[in-house]
Parts: sequence; C-alpha cells; structure tokens
Amino acid sequence: MRFAVIVFPGSNCDKDLFYAIKDGIHAEVEMVDYRENSLDEYDAVMIPGGFSYGDYLRSGAIAAQAPIIPAIKKLAHEGKPVLGICNGFQILTEIGLLPGALIRNRQNKFICESVELIVEDNQTIFTSEYSKKESINIPVAHGEGNYYCDDATLSTLKANDQIVFRYVNDINGSVDNIAGIINSKGNVLGMMPHPERALEKIVGSDDGLKMFQSILKSHMNRVNL
Amino acid sequence: MTEPTAEKILDTKLYKSWGLSDEEYKNISENILGRLPNYTEAGLFSVMWSEHCSYKNSKNVLRKLPNKSKRVLAGPGEDAGIIDIGDDQAIVFKAESHNHPSAVEPYQGAATGVGGIIRDIFSMGATPIALLNSLKFGNLDNTHTKYLASEIVSGIGGYGNCIGIPTVGGEISFQERYKNNPVVNAMCLGIINHEDVKYGKATGNDNLIVYVGAKTGRDGIHGATFASDEFTDENKTQRSAVQVGDPFMEKLLMDACIELVHKHSDWIMGIQDMGAAGLVSSTAEMASKAGSGLILELDEVPQRETAMTPYEIMLSESQERMVLCVKPEFKQDIIDFFTDKMLDAVVIGKVTSDGQYRIYQHGELVCDIPVAGLVDDSPEYKHVGVAPERVMSQEAKKQFQPEISSLKDTWLSILKQPTIASKEYFYKTYDSQIKANTVVKPGSDAAVVRVRNTKKAIAMTNDGNSRLVYVDPYIGGQITVLEAASNLIASGATPIGITDCLNYGNPEKPEIFWEFNESVEGIASACKKLEVPVISGNVSLYNEFNDEAIFPSPMIGMVGLISDIDNVTTQDFKQSGDLIYVVGDTGNDFNGSELQQMQTGDVTGLLNEINLEKVEETQKTVLKAIESKLLQSAHDLSEGGLAVALSESAFANKLGFDVDIQMNSAKLFSETPGRFLVSVAPENKDRFEELIGKLGTYIGEVSNSKSLKIKTSDSNAQIDFNDALSNWKEAIPCLMK
Repeated sequence: MRFAVIVFPGSNCDKDLFYAIKDGIHAEVEMVDYRENSLDEYDAVMIPGGFSYGDYLRSGAIAAQAPIIPAIKKLAHEGKPVLGICNGFQILTEIGLLPGALIRNRQNKFICESVELIVEDNQTIFTSEYSKKESINIPVAHGEGNYYCDDATLSTLKANDQIVFRYVNDINGSVDNIAGIINSKGNVLGMMPHPERALEKIVGSDDGLKMFQSILKSHMNRVNL
Repeated sequence: MTEPTAEKILDTKLYKSWGLSDEEYKNISENILGRLPNYTEAGLFSVMWSEHCSYKNSKNVLRKLPNKSKRVLAGPGEDAGIIDIGDDQAIVFKAESHNHPSAVEPYQGAATGVGGIIRDIFSMGATPIALLNSLKFGNLDNTHTKYLASEIVSGIGGYGNCIGIPTVGGEISFQERYKNNPVVNAMCLGIINHEDVKYGKATGNDNLIVYVGAKTGRDGIHGATFASDEFTDENKTQRSAVQVGDPFMEKLLMDACIELVHKHSDWIMGIQDMGAAGLVSSTAEMASKAGSGLILELDEVPQRETAMTPYEIMLSESQERMVLCVKPEFKQDIIDFFTDKMLDAVVIGKVTSDGQYRIYQHGELVCDIPVAGLVDDSPEYKHVGVAPERVMSQEAKKQFQPEISSLKDTWLSILKQPTIASKEYFYKTYDSQIKANTVVKPGSDAAVVRVRNTKKAIAMTNDGNSRLVYVDPYIGGQITVLEAASNLIASGATPIGITDCLNYGNPEKPEIFWEFNESVEGIASACKKLEVPVISGNVSLYNEFNDEAIFPSPMIGMVGLISDIDNVTTQDFKQSGDLIYVVGDTGNDFNGSELQQMQTGDVTGLLNEINLEKVEETQKTVLKAIESKLLQSAHDLSEGGLAVALSESAFANKLGFDVDIQMNSAKLFSETPGRFLVSVAPENKDRFEELIGKLGTYIGEVSNSKSLKIKTSDSNAQIDFNDALSNWKEAIPCLMK
C-alpha cells in the first residue's frame, strides 16, 4: 500500500505522519509537494497538521487553492482513503470534502494536551481495529479546533453515523463534542486530535497506532477480494 | 531628512544618544579611522559596540566560566555551542534574552525572541528539536502584569506552535521587581551530524555574500542599543525598536537552510542569522572570524520600504533573514534553490582580502572602516564592584526562623503561591508534543526528548532562583547550577553542558556589578566542580525601571544525556506501597526561601555555605540508583522544600502518602540544596538502602488513600488530596481572571 503525505508550505506534522506510516505500520510512504497535480500512484492520502501558509486569511483557506487539491478530490471520489489531521481537517472542510468548519477554541487559546476520546464508530476503514465505544488517549494541539455545523448538518451526521470520534470532556466548545467526522461515503476522515503522535508508549500513548493499522488492513482486504 | 555631517555629529555629540561615550567616539576617530566617522559609520560603531553586541561590560567576568570538556565541539563565539553525544551526532543549543522588547511589546517581543534563538540553531546546520523558556513576571495582582504574562506566553506559543518545534519545558516565577521589566529567556536545542556543522564565516576572496529571507524594513532599528539602556517612565514605550515576527516565513527559511546544509554543503562557506544589529552584525562578524574584508551593495538588499538610508538598512532588525557566504560558481544554484522554497535569495556583496568593511549605495562609498575595528577593537570595561548593605550587615548573617502555628494551613498556603503553583495554565498553550519525541512533558523537573532511531534521549531544564541570588549572589549562583543539575539527574540524565542568560541591572552601578560578578563566580565554581561547561549564552544588562534593578537573575539552561531511554525517570509516585526516602541532609535553610517570602513578604539574609563535594556525591548516587533501575520516582527538592515536593509527586497519578519526617515542621519548608525525594518499590528496598547508605532517610510510604499525611516532631497534618490539588492547580487560573 502506498501512502502520500501532502506537504504544504507551513505544514509541520508532515514528518510525524511520515514516520507513523513508515515505522508504525511499515508501509510505503512519500512526501508529496503541494505543487504536484497527480496522486494516481497512491492508494491513500494523508493531509498533515500545521499552519499551512501561516494560517493567514483563515486556517486552511489558502491551502484549499493549491495545485494538489484537484488530485486529492479525485482520489477521494475514487473511494480511496483520505485522512486530514488538525490543519488537514480544516483543509478538508475548506475544500468541501467534509461538512462544517473549525473555528477558534471557545477559550480563545491554543491548547495542547492528551485527551480522552471515544471511538463512536468502529465500522470505518480508519477505525476497524478499535472496539466500539473504546476510550483512547490522543494528544490535541490546536487553536482553531472548535467544530461547528448547523443543526441540519448535525442531524445528518448523527443519522448517517458520521461522527467517528467524540471528546469525553468538552475541551474547545465543539458541537456535540465532535473530535472527528467522516464523509457519507466513508472514505474521507477529518479529526483534530493527532493519532500520529500516539504510536509508542514512550511518548505517552500508542492508542493512535490502530488507526493506521485499520487503514492498512482495510486496504489489504479490498485488494485481496 | 539629510544626514548630519561628520563634523556636526562631533559638534552636537549625536553619538551619545546612540550609546557611544566621548572616549569611545574619540578612539574611533583618532585611533581606528584617523578621521571623523560619517553618520553611517558612527551608527555602525554605536551598535556594534553596544553591550548587547560587544559584551564590553561583561566579557572580563564571562571569562571566569569554564567552557571546555571532552564533549565540546564548539563553545562561545559561534551562533550556538555544540556538544558531542556520540555516534557522530551532536547537540547544538543556546539561550537568549528578550527582556526589553517584551516589556514594551510583549507578544512580538517574546515571539521574536523565540524566532531569534531558533535561527541561531539552524544557522549552525542543526535541526531544532526543542524549545524552553524562563519567564519572570511581577506579582499577578495588577492588570499590567497579567497583560504582560498573557501576551508574552501567547507570543512564545504563537511562534513555536506555528514553526512546529515543541516547547517542552521551562520555568515561571513571580516577584515584584519584575513588574515593569519582565525577564523573557528562550532556549532552543537542535541536533546535527558532525559532518553537517556549519560556521558563520565569510572566507575566500571573491566569494559571494547572499542575503536570504524576509525583506528589510525600518523595524527594530537600534534594538541592540535599546537593549543596552535602562527603562524609565519616559522611554518605556519605545515600540519602534521592537521587531515583528513571521513564524511562517521562518519555517520556510529553516527548512530550506537545513536542506541546503544536508544536500549542498559544498555550495556554502558559511551561514549566519541576522539577529541583533541585523546586517551589520552578521556580516561584520562573519568577516572578522575569517579575517576577511567585505564589500556590500545596499541597492541589492531587498527592501520593504522606500528611501531607506544606509544607516537604516544596516541597523534594521527585521526578522527571518539569513546571510550566506557562497562560492561564485553556485550563484545561480543557490538562487534557484531558494526561489523553489518561495524565498528571495540575492547576492548583496563579496568577500575581499583587505580587511576593510565597505558599503556602497547608489554607486557611492558610504562606509569604509576596518572590520577589526568594528568587531575586535570594541572596548572592554572593568567595573568595580561594591557589596550592597543588605549582604554586609550583621542582620544578614542571621537565619530566618519561621514559626509554623498550623502545619496544615502553611502547607496549603505554600501550594498556592504562584511561584510554586502549577503552571499548566501557561504551558498548556504551547505545543509540547509535536515531532512525537517528547518523553517527559512540561511540569516536570526536566523535559526529556528522545533522539529518534537511537536509545538516546536529551534532558533539558531552565533554572534560576533569583531570590537566592539576590540574598547571596555567590552561593545563589552555585545553587542555580546545582539545582539545574539535580533536575537533570532526577530525570536519569548526566549533565553535559550549559547555556546561560545573565540578566542584571546597570553594571555601571558598583552594587549591580558586584552582584553580577559574585554570582558568575558562584556559577563558575559549581560548573567546575560538576565538570559541566558553559558553551553558549547571552548577557542582558540594564534591566532597570526608574532606577530600580531587577533581582540578579542568572538563568542556567542545562542539558543532559540519557544513554538508555529506559532509564528516564519522572517525579511522580507510581504505586501505593512504594517506600519514600529523602536523599541528602535537611538543614535550616530559610533565607531567600518561599516560606520567608510568604511569611514576611520579603527575602533577606545570607545563605549557608554549600558543601559541593557532598552535593556532587548525592547527585551521583541518585543517578546510580536510577541507572540500576532501583527508583520508581525521583524529584529534586527546591522551592517550598519537602512539603511541596511530596505534594507534587503525589498529584499526577492521584496517589496519597503517609510520612513521618522526624524533624520539626519548619524543616518541611527548608530549601537546603542538593536533596532529592525518591520512591522505591518494596522489592528493591535492600539494594537501594545498601547503595544509598547514610545519604538516604526513609520517611514513609505512598498510599492510595487520597489523603496526604505528614507527621513531624512537633505536629502532624493531613490534607485531602483534592484540597491540595485544587490549591496548587487553580491558583494561577484564579489570579489570571
């Protein structure tokens, strides 16, 4: 399985994601420059955290105009896995692959801490290795992680089981404690917490590893069908 | 505006407003140039000869610090010092102060402090992996201090979080003397392979000087001179001297420079960041190190504003700029390389062999001075120190004797003193985990970051207890070093190097100079004893407001090596039933203590002499116990003494304890240096006691009763876990409201 980690100017979790895939699940992975315009050679795309374009204008807004974006959309429409973490989640909402928006944390401060999440849905290609309602510890680090959507969208998200992760405690004001959502087709996931920082107990938690294992396993199952 | 002529500068003594003395001006005119300096030249001398750039008031004191060991690859004089950590790897680190800019424009002042120290690390070719900071504010009882604290912390986080380097540790303390002159020291540590080390040299006739990064504007002009003057009510709003930071630009610049060093090392002869005194300082120092001369063409310098004078261009402290010395055959390669990274790279001059520093603008020679005169011939002042009354009086020899009427109340009160209380409110706004290497996070004795793909880890701490240095500069200086070393040892590390920030008042005042000199001698004596060299650092003098100086505030940024990551130890108790010991003797050490401050509102009196042999033995024994896997936890005892250390060790894992210290209640709060609080699993009791011998005293056990119990020879107290925790954890959020 071949992963692409997209690198925008200002991405800063790109290497962490790269190591998560290379050392965590020993899959093939490459860093792909934002100026590329094809992702045809890849089986999955990862959009890392960071401050693409310095968060100028609005987080994710300028990255949404980058040359690589059509290729990401194409890959998503083909049903291949697309994972956006933190700034990657913000970009996914900016380009319309996921509904809603990420706004300033309610407390108006950046927060970095390890938080408890509930895996609300383990029937996705990103979470199949978790058990349903499993409680996991994953770090967050964001200033604009307050997930917002209108009531109609929230109802749809709930009805379609699109809420994949919830915070156990309200850490930033997110609607319904949403930490991560998936598209209706089930192949595009956006989340604020950083699973790529939780792969080894020595750095605090290895609860993120199952996410990358899930992606790999789902892919192998598809390929072997 | 037309610039004043050289004669006019002489007549009006304009140079004095830039910080040059009459003698210095005379020396420049008569000895170095043999003529009067023009406006640009006088400006360059004034900034290069400021304390901030030349260390003219401090260099003869700084020479007292040891700077060599078998591991030191580069010491003071470079952008940062380098220390070998084996396997052809090295660490590069430095700390720098940004007190003055942070006082007037706290967000940008602190942010650009972080940006500057990061550039010092990647300009050596290293990849920055960790940031720390040491902050000292006034008391949190007024809106101005809260504003400064809040903005300074936001500025540090804003820069570090965006550029993507974890802020892993540091310290914050509060004292009235810092109300209008906060101390903001930032440290950065990077990692490098020996072969990739680059130095800031402009060498080789006709090699090119290339400017990379942000454009030059009028921000920060005379920042270095500003940092070498005192604050008063009149000049406290000198905002034009503060730079504005752009961490996004620096991220591009950092990634590009590191890639350049890794992939195209053969293109470049030297690399240096533009920090204090911008273009002049960086290029003149590069030339001085190589014994070269330089020609600069100012028309080529990318400029953000129009009609900038040579003086403004050379002295601007616009951020996120670097200077490279490049071989001419790679000119186009370098330009293309940076263009691909969305960065401007422009040839602005070349290296010459005649040792002259020449600047042209619009085809005219606007400056022609010897590099050596500008850099190496800066003056050196030997000030005379006079001990202040507070340390000479009979009163100073007395040891403060606290009275503890209620052990429980004193214990609960000390936990909520801002200097003791949890700093989570602040450090939670720093991304401490990016890069996924942070093993021990903020809130511990020392931060620990692993070196990926090895068994190694690096422990780091920033320490400075200025109360102790104030009451007794020499011993306080020693304690600062011992405390930093103890913090590293408690995490399982062997101390290998130091960077320092020496923050003081006006050294031209004899009493301030005495504090400075005494405390540096104290620091030097402890460094020599522990064999830990000072490899980089900075001095910040003139930290005064309306003639009142801050406490003498040396900050020690110490770094330790953990050769086996399995030895990393934290301060937290791990399991009920574990045995608790105090290692090291507890004396009556209350002068300068948190308890004295809390009970009397002041700190006074000299400190007891320290037995460095004994402290060293204690530290080595604790490290041996850790490396023999005998300890469950280890915590350095410092501010607030045993009562505070016990409580802190209990908090993280929600455990209690039950101890009998067999000393009087006051000694629970004594701050005798060189002590540790450790816990030991029952099965390791015999081995531990054999190793520790008489250095260790058993005091009790870890419990899961959710209650903290202490028995002393004259009292006993029991506090509910949640009461203790909330006093400690809520104190700062409550004060910041």
